[in-house]
Amino acid sequence: MADFWIILTGTLVAATCGILGCFLVLRKMAMVGDAISHSVLPGIAIAFLVSSSRDSLLMLIGAAVLGLITVFLIQALQQSGLQSDASIGIVFTALFAVGVILISRNASHIDLDLDCVLFGEIAYVQWDTWIWNGYDMGPVAVWMLGGTLLIVLAAILLFYKQFKLCAFDPALAAAIGIPVALFHYLLMGLVSLSTVASFESVGAILVVGMLIIPASAAYLLTDRLSVMIGYSVLIGAISAAGGYYAAKWLDASIAGSMVTVAGGLFLLAFLFSPKHGLIARFGRKQRKRDELYSAAA
Amino acid sequence: MLSTLWQWITDPNLQWILMGSLLLGLGSGVIGSFTYLRKQSLLGDALAHAALPGICIAFMLSGVKSVGLFMLGAILAGMAATFGISAITRYTRIKQDAALGIVLSVFFGIGIVLLTQIQHSGNGNQSGLDKYLFGQAASMMLADVYLMGAVSVLLIAICALLFKELKLVSFDPGFARGMGLQVAFLEQLLLMMTVVAVVVGIQAVGVVLVAALLITPAVAARYWTDALGVMVVLAGVFGALSGVTGTLISSTLSNLPTGPVTVLAATALFFVSAVFAPNRGWLAKWIRRWRSRNEIQQPMELAMIKQAGNTVERGAE
Repeated sequence: MADFWIILTGTLVAATCGILGCFLVLRKMAMVGDAISHSVLPGIAIAFLVSSSRDSLLMLIGAAVLGLITVFLIQALQQSGLQSDASIGIVFTALFAVGVILISRNASHIDLDLDCVLFGEIAYVQWDTWIWNGYDMGPVAVWMLGGTLLIVLAAILLFYKQFKLCAFDPALAAAIGIPVALFHYLLMGLVSLSTVASFESVGAILVVGMLIIPASAAYLLTDRLSVMIGYSVLIGAISAAGGYYAAKWLDASIAGSMVTVAGGLFLLAFLFSPKHGLIARFGRKQRKRDELYSAAA
Repeated sequence: MLSTLWQWITDPNLQWILMGSLLLGLGSGVIGSFTYLRKQSLLGDALAHAALPGICIAFMLSGVKSVGLFMLGAILAGMAATFGISAITRYTRIKQDAALGIVLSVFFGIGIVLLTQIQHSGNGNQSGLDKYLFGQAASMMLADVYLMGAVSVLLIAICALLFKELKLVSFDPGFARGMGLQVAFLEQLLLMMTVVAVVVGIQAVGVVLVAALLITPAVAARYWTDALGVMVVLAGVFGALSGVTGTLISSTLSNLPTGPVTVLAATALFFVSAVFAPNRGWLAKWIRRWRSRNEIQQPMELAMIKQAGNTVERGAE
């Protein structure tokens, strides 16, 4: 049963992040996802300090607020004339530092391990169950992640066209009257929501990995957004399951193994993708050269 | 509070550590100016995360905690990471930011796997390896400080010697090539120096936050000047200041890793610069805007009053 719950948790993270990651990769905002996943930490720490319990709802709110503050600060610095990557770097390191200090200064009040923040403890997911009316309903993390996935799915399905247009051509989207800024913040809000829902169980680094790696691999495999999202979720799910068994075999961190497997899958796509892969690329080049030679001869 | 602070400052052990973090901040501030101008700020973040597997492999192979070996492993891993990033951006349609993210998280994932494996394998010597995640300057040995100081001085010396060449490559690589400079070599050298600066910084600031030491002081320095020479010196001073502040505060208070404090000190410097810097700061900009509005408005108001007066006079006629 433990296997099942852990893989299910990993798959839920992969699905949520995989969907959102496609839009981040297309909008060239992958590093903003990285920044958000780091900078929600003070929000979580403050929620801990205020409620002095692992009140999940408060944590969700705190982290979502911090996520939006991050995006706002990055935007503000950019508009004041700073390079975008420098403003990302300044904002997320400062906020993450605040979070680390809050946690380590109040280590006696907060039962939140700093290592856990980075790479999570997905192995403990099954112990923290939700008891409702005396029935054991399964792990809390699964419920939280499932809920987040539903919210993300609902938002994306409802506004699929708008998100798609904003991802590929924000100027056109603005021209035909879509509130681009609103959808930008909605997307960022969803990213911070899924970050914090995944945070406790899988840690910041798996969230970053699951946001960027499967979506990038899927980007190499297809030219259609809907197919890309499907591939991205599939690759994420395979990494979750594969990573779990790899971690069991190596006796190592599960979250780390999941990201490593995802990286392996990306490498496969990078090499063997029929259209955008390295081998197909060189094959095409070779064929073109041959054609040229035979035409010349 | 003050007396304990004084006690700390006069402590010879801490003096060494302070010296180390000062040189470290100086070196990474100087290098950071060039990476900022070349728009590669987040590369430092990716390199720092990528260093973790290098450090772990160095430990697994040698079985000892030696900063020299760790540095070697981290430099090799950093080179592999830069190679990976450039391969992804060159051969696929994936953009720079996603390539950075992929390399960063995959390398860090591998690093975490190796780290937990070392921890579970029960090697008694491994304790303290996780200090590399958030940095603990107070745990540095004298030999480490020597090494860090030497490397930082070397970095600064290279920057000073090749200042003109690096300046040209940062601002206008095309022109530099036309001048007959070895642009590819200089770019590789700069990349190499970034890797070294990051790796040296990890010990004091930690993997996750060392990027801030490259980015924040350089950006803060940029607000004060338009001349690269001044900017490099200022960035070095800002970096050194944040390094010293971070080390002092984190060693006087318990339960405080050095990295976050150093980063916050740098962020505070950035904030002060962004607000108060003459000419480019927000306050100066705001005052300028206010003044120019007044300059336009006052003559217009005067003219309107005059006009109004004229009509009144005419009305009286």
